[in-house]
Amino acid sequence: MGEFIEIRDLSKHFPVKDQSASFSALNPFSSRHALLRAVDGVSFFIRKGETLGLVGESGCGKSTVARCLLRLLEPTRGEIFFESKDLTGLKGEGLRLLRKFIQMIFQDPMASLNPRLSVRQVLEEPLRLYERATVQEREGRVLEVLEQVGLDRELLSRFPHELSGGQRQRVNIARAIATRPKFVVLDEPTSALDVSLRAKIVLLLEELKSALSTTYLFISHDLSTVKYLSDRVAVMYLGTIVEIAEAHELFRHPLHPYTRALLSAIPIPDPEVKRDRIILVGEIPSPTRIPRGCRLRGRCPIAKPLCSEEIRLREAGSGHWVACHMPGTS
Amino acid sequence: MMKKEEIEIRLKRFQTLIRRLRRNSLSFGASLVILAIVLIAIFAPFIAPYDPNATDASKAMLSVSRQHLMGTDIYGRDVLSRVIHGARVDLLVALVATLIALGISSFLGSLSGYAGGWLDHLLMRIIDTVMSFPSFILAMGITAALGNNLVNVVIAIAITHIPIYTRLIRGEMLHIREREYAEAARTVGNPTSRIIFYHLLPNCFPPVIVQATLAMGWAILTVAGLSFIGLGIQPPASEWGYMTAEGATYIVSGEWWIFLFPGLAIMITVLAFNMVGDALRDILDPRMRGVS
Amino acid sequence: MSAPLLHIEDLTVHFHTDEGIVEAVDGIQLLVPSGEIVGVVGESGSGKSVTALSILRLIRKPGRIIQGTILFDGRNLLDLSEEEMRPLRGSHISMIFQSPRTSLNPVLSAGWQIERLIRLHKKEKAKGAREQTVQMIRQVGIPSPERIYHEYPHQLSGGMCQRIMIAMALATNPKLLIADEPTTGLDVSIAAQILDLLQEMGRRTGATILLITHDLGVVAGYCDRVAVMHAGQVVESASVKKLFRQPLHPYTMKLIHSVPRVDVDRIMETIPGNVPGLIHPPQGCRFADRCQWVMEICRKTRPPVQTLDGDHLVACYHIGNS
Repeated sequence: MGEFIEIRDLSKHFPVKDQSASFSALNPFSSRHALLRAVDGVSFFIRKGETLGLVGESGCGKSTVARCLLRLLEPTRGEIFFESKDLTGLKGEGLRLLRKFIQMIFQDPMASLNPRLSVRQVLEEPLRLYERATVQEREGRVLEVLEQVGLDRELLSRFPHELSGGQRQRVNIARAIATRPKFVVLDEPTSALDVSLRAKIVLLLEELKSALSTTYLFISHDLSTVKYLSDRVAVMYLGTIVEIAEAHELFRHPLHPYTRALLSAIPIPDPEVKRDRIILVGEIPSPTRIPRGCRLRGRCPIAKPLCSEEIRLREAGSGHWVACHMPGTS
Repeated sequence: MMKKEEIEIRLKRFQTLIRRLRRNSLSFGASLVILAIVLIAIFAPFIAPYDPNATDASKAMLSVSRQHLMGTDIYGRDVLSRVIHGARVDLLVALVATLIALGISSFLGSLSGYAGGWLDHLLMRIIDTVMSFPSFILAMGITAALGNNLVNVVIAIAITHIPIYTRLIRGEMLHIREREYAEAARTVGNPTSRIIFYHLLPNCFPPVIVQATLAMGWAILTVAGLSFIGLGIQPPASEWGYMTAEGATYIVSGEWWIFLFPGLAIMITVLAFNMVGDALRDILDPRMRGVS
Repeated sequence: MSAPLLHIEDLTVHFHTDEGIVEAVDGIQLLVPSGEIVGVVGESGSGKSVTALSILRLIRKPGRIIQGTILFDGRNLLDLSEEEMRPLRGSHISMIFQSPRTSLNPVLSAGWQIERLIRLHKKEKAKGAREQTVQMIRQVGIPSPERIYHEYPHQLSGGMCQRIMIAMALATNPKLLIADEPTTGLDVSIAAQILDLLQEMGRRTGATILLITHDLGVVAGYCDRVAVMHAGQVVESASVKKLFRQPLHPYTMKLIHSVPRVDVDRIMETIPGNVPGLIHPPQGCRFADRCQWVMEICRKTRPPVQTLDGDHLVACYHIGNS
């Protein structure tokens, strides 16, 4: 195909002990395993230089997709192509070298920094592991990267617990861009931050993207931020993508009932604006017991008998794909 | 390099550390006691008033006096000098044994915890087997089997301590390997060995440190215990356990100073180690969680 | 505006830490009319949670309530002894927290946690309490309440745990329910359901709700009145309609404009500067360093609270100089 990043039919299944049957839970010899289908047949592509937003509520599998992309988790099935090269089979040194070009920014700023390493050590590490540079060159790059994320050089000798939440996240960002990656996966980069800091970090990420000419996969449950940063957005539910479109198009004309329900639930900071809430009844089913056919079936306000048939993403408009038997119906 | 800021930061960290140490006065006091004992051990030849091995039959079995603050034993040797020199042996044996045990356990425990699977199962079953022996009996057995000398006592104690540390480190490792900085270490290009030993292992240590100080106390008791029953130390070495054993024969005849002082030395040292765990962990912890 | 159920006046709370005295809450005033949902909105560190804990007298060392009055139903809560305060907690004034899974006792079943409170505060016997508990669980929108009664927190989803917490809080028919960031960490759709539930339950039981949040969207959608806090001080307080239509305090204005919106296309705005440290806080207005209309006097003395239009309170020297 030739797109910058391409994911084909990615799946990640985890075997878990079946929780339901209480007897088998007590019986240590029981081999009744259920399959937790965290990611179940996901396909999408990302163009060079764009930001693809990936949204969904907790448990939808978006973080798992991210980890499979980085090969922090091994996919159960499917293929990952980076610049037309197949990543899925890579191992060992080949994989390690490739990591230079694909980096990740994690959600929890405190947990993603080794508490025993100073900021300088954290930032130097990727340079030491990937580039044959002299000590001076490394130091220079560290200072450069520090400045790019807006941190003062006096923070170099500090440890994570001596930094504020915003500073920690900036260090994370600095670490990710140190090797000038071509592709950065951002896994909820602002979710653990205070609301007032979020905007600043988002603006920084935007700035960095153009400065470095990279491509982003921006994962978040915060739809307003996703709308701001992304060119295209994909919505996930229970391990699959249910809708994908240009950002503006998705927010203005959502076609999948789940996307609509999600958008309608976001509180608007304006008491004059009255919106119709689309309520999805019940709770998200467990990923070990995914309903057959359309996964939203039991909760969807417009569900019909035909929804018990399997559904895949279908093109509903230019570049707008939906996995629904009756897209756009109210 | 911003020298001034760096100095300021280090000073601030030091102050916070001292403040926190002071807060737990029991630990702080205990650590001072240990410091004193360590200094005594190091400077023993300069502090001891007499040669610990110098016998003098004419001065045998003298009670506490100004010339002999802890009296003399059956061979006329000054008990105080022997107690002072005894600190060297006991501390050294305990320390070396603990360090060896920590070294081996770190490797086994982190590997086991990180890799999981059959390796983990195998190692844990071996550990379980070793742990099923009462540790003192095991130490006795090992010393008796290998031969009656100090080196073998060290080996014996190390072996009996490896299970505890291995378990602890493995437990911590199971916990931390899921943390995001472990994942980040991978994305940043670290080979697996570096992730385990450079990134994760040092973060496994805090609970181990506390355990190690308790175990030091136990190690000293083991050395003393083994010597008490005649294994390990050979005379005329001054070692607290051995001295207590010698003195035990004279409890009934009334020469109380021969066993009491070495016994007290053991007690105070072990007690101090038991109480110092928290303080030591604070010193080694870069986080120093304060109220911030 | 009906008679205030809760009236906080000049409340100041300090924390004595290693690094110095943190002036977490600084002479705030808050009026909560009976039967309404009042929001307290502010960034992290603004003092809203500390205020909530102060009402219930749950501030422990190294925190201390330095001064102020908290009038609840006519009585000053700060005058009461611990023994007098205890019967009020959980029965007249209830509180629910964020992270419902960790706020519930993991070793007690969901139902039992509710029932204990009914037995303790309403002095009900076993059978009656049990029935009321099941009824309560049903009221908070949980299907098959008899089954859920026996489940443990770890077996329930985050949304369900929060519903159980709400059930616990409302089981004793409190006059005041304090909700401290009840939806932080919950998915958007679940959060909306929980807030709907709170609003519904408040209406049904007549309870007054003090809703603490950092989300202006929540305030706009569910609150009648709102107080805006910044760095330990209440900078503005008004009815929600008035606040959004015509925010008077520069911080409020900036806050409203910096919230990213899904329904409107906007450039992302940020509030310049950072929240001032609370250990040696600035003498005058604590927003001075971040304010675009800052004047000499702003830095010198704290702006007094002005009342405009009957119930719109602002603490700013700049009012009228737009």
